[in-house]
Amino acid sequence: MTLPDDIPVTDVDVLVIGGGTAGPMAAVTAKEKNPDAKVLLLEKANVKRSGAISMGMDGLNNAVVPGHSTPEDYVKEITIANDGIVLQKGVMAYAERSYEMIQQLDSWGVYFQKDETGEYDMKKVHHLGTYVLPMPEGHNIKKILYRRLRRHRVIVENRYQAIRLLKDKTGTVSGCIALGTRDADVIVIRAKSVILCTGAAGRIGLPASGYLFGTYENPSNCGDGHSMAYHVGAELSGLECYQINPLLKDYNGPACAYVTGPLGGYTANAHGDRFIECDYWSGQMMMEFYNELQGGNGPVFLKLDHLAEETIQEIEHVLHTNERPSRGLFHDGRGTDYRSKMVEMHISEIGFCAGHSASGVWINEKGETTVPGLYGAGDMASIPHSYMLGAFVYGKICGENAVEFARNRELPELDVDFIVAEKERILAPLKRTDGIPPNQFEYKVRRLVNDYLQPPKITKKMDIGWQRIKDMEADISMLYARDAHELLRANEAQHIWDCAQMAACASLYRQESRWGLYHHYVDYPETNNEDWFCHVQLYKDEKGQMACHTRPVEPYVVELDEVEKNAYQQLRVSQAG
Amino acid sequence: MPTASQISTVPVLVDEDKCIADKGCRTCIDVCPLDVLWINEETGKAHMKYDECWYCMPCEADCPTDAVTVTIPYLLR
Repeated sequence: MTLPDDIPVTDVDVLVIGGGTAGPMAAVTAKEKNPDAKVLLLEKANVKRSGAISMGMDGLNNAVVPGHSTPEDYVKEITIANDGIVLQKGVMAYAERSYEMIQQLDSWGVYFQKDETGEYDMKKVHHLGTYVLPMPEGHNIKKILYRRLRRHRVIVENRYQAIRLLKDKTGTVSGCIALGTRDADVIVIRAKSVILCTGAAGRIGLPASGYLFGTYENPSNCGDGHSMAYHVGAELSGLECYQINPLLKDYNGPACAYVTGPLGGYTANAHGDRFIECDYWSGQMMMEFYNELQGGNGPVFLKLDHLAEETIQEIEHVLHTNERPSRGLFHDGRGTDYRSKMVEMHISEIGFCAGHSASGVWINEKGETTVPGLYGAGDMASIPHSYMLGAFVYGKICGENAVEFARNRELPELDVDFIVAEKERILAPLKRTDGIPPNQFEYKVRRLVNDYLQPPKITKKMDIGWQRIKDMEADISMLYARDAHELLRANEAQHIWDCAQMAACASLYRQESRWGLYHHYVDYPETNNEDWFCHVQLYKDEKGQMACHTRPVEPYVVELDEVEKNAYQQLRVSQAG
Repeated sequence: MPTASQISTVPVLVDEDKCIADKGCRTCIDVCPLDVLWINEETGKAHMKYDECWYCMPCEADCPTDAVTVTIPYLLR
């Protein structure tokens, strides 16, 4: 059986989905490794300015640089910050290649701050070690990546949203079906291997402002990859370990204590007092932040008003030109001047993001998911606290391995019935003449997430929330889109709906509390290492239902000292409490 | 289910005197990660068609004629 003529098929060796950070690195690496391979980079926006670093990045948060730290030190720090639940081999694979990646980016023209002797100007932000390397001129990083894509002749297809992954009869991944966001055309890309680099699921919760797109993450990162991986049969891990960040209130961008901390700024309570010893984002730190907000000492602020004029100017230069440059505009609108006013902060909505916490599509140290031929990298994949540099390193690891996988494989058979049915499903909202607009459907899912699934987590609440979200299945057959753009949003909304259910399912499964605020489960307030020192893996069972199972934590490659294990449990400054 | 149409302020402003989209420029439209900038069929100039903005700035930063201004969405100001 062949596909109908109106569904065009493109055949490639390696398909990379997502052209933000990990994706371009994966695609370029695959071409470097095998210049004859046909490598296609599919992007929902435009690779020139897509993903989490569309306007650049102000620093590396996890640089393992010789003389400052060792890969073993880093693996220890990340293990402790994640209460022990990590695939250490995966963190080690990152740590061992971290420095080599910094040098590669340096040679590509990415500028890292150096001290007077020409060495990398490392700063201490983490609780134990020194891993932060500023990039005050980091605003041009996407341009540098784009040049590399062109040079290596990666085929780029912009403005297509990947919607479902395809697999062959053996269960090996065989490409994807995608929707054109401008013309609502449905295409198939047949591939011998696929690398998912779709970023965080940053549109699960609703920002306090009520503005659907006022999220911490780039809102185009809405969980497409999480949903696609789930439906093709891959396991996801640690979804109950939400991402929750301390952010500028309403603006919802990072306060950037990583930038200001080394210059003397810090997080303070309403009295201007420091209450946490370390501004590095962890669940334990967020718990202290939450307690301060709830305990009568809030609001919480970023305090810079004690700093010297030249220091403030340096901070303004970095924060107002990089990563989220509209921040200066936001402060101007409210008359906030770092010199005279503390900057109000708040707690973000929930999300899934391995870049900052530990939740995502499960990958091992080779970047392999549990589905053969399917790889994952960046904020979407499960290696914890990987940030931008981790996305680059795992992009590279996936590029190397996926191109080898493709080398040994013939072009797979396509599942024609599945593709035809999917096309019908994807386009359905456009064929209706009235119904539920995607933005209302999305608002409702995300509002339910805030009402029922945010910590503190309570069984009864999460049961109700999950049921109400499940009940919205009936609404999907009423989704209504007037044009291609609304159809894009309707399909995104369904991925968000999947992710919301994953948050409920994984949170209810882990019957203990862990990772500070991220999984603060009121019915089970204690950490229970006897029963729950394991990963929680979420998957689609044989009946098509969402289910979880445990996965043992693999033996450590770096042992922890007893004294170090509790380091992240002791973040509160004693006199402020 | 019948629908209503509601209006919304948009945060990205385009100065039509400076915009050269009618001469074929598509820079701001290309770089928007949320694909909310489109050609206004009546004027041939770029405009913000959907109020779905991350106030991320590539449209303003990359515009060759400084025609684009990003403001903070009203609900966040």
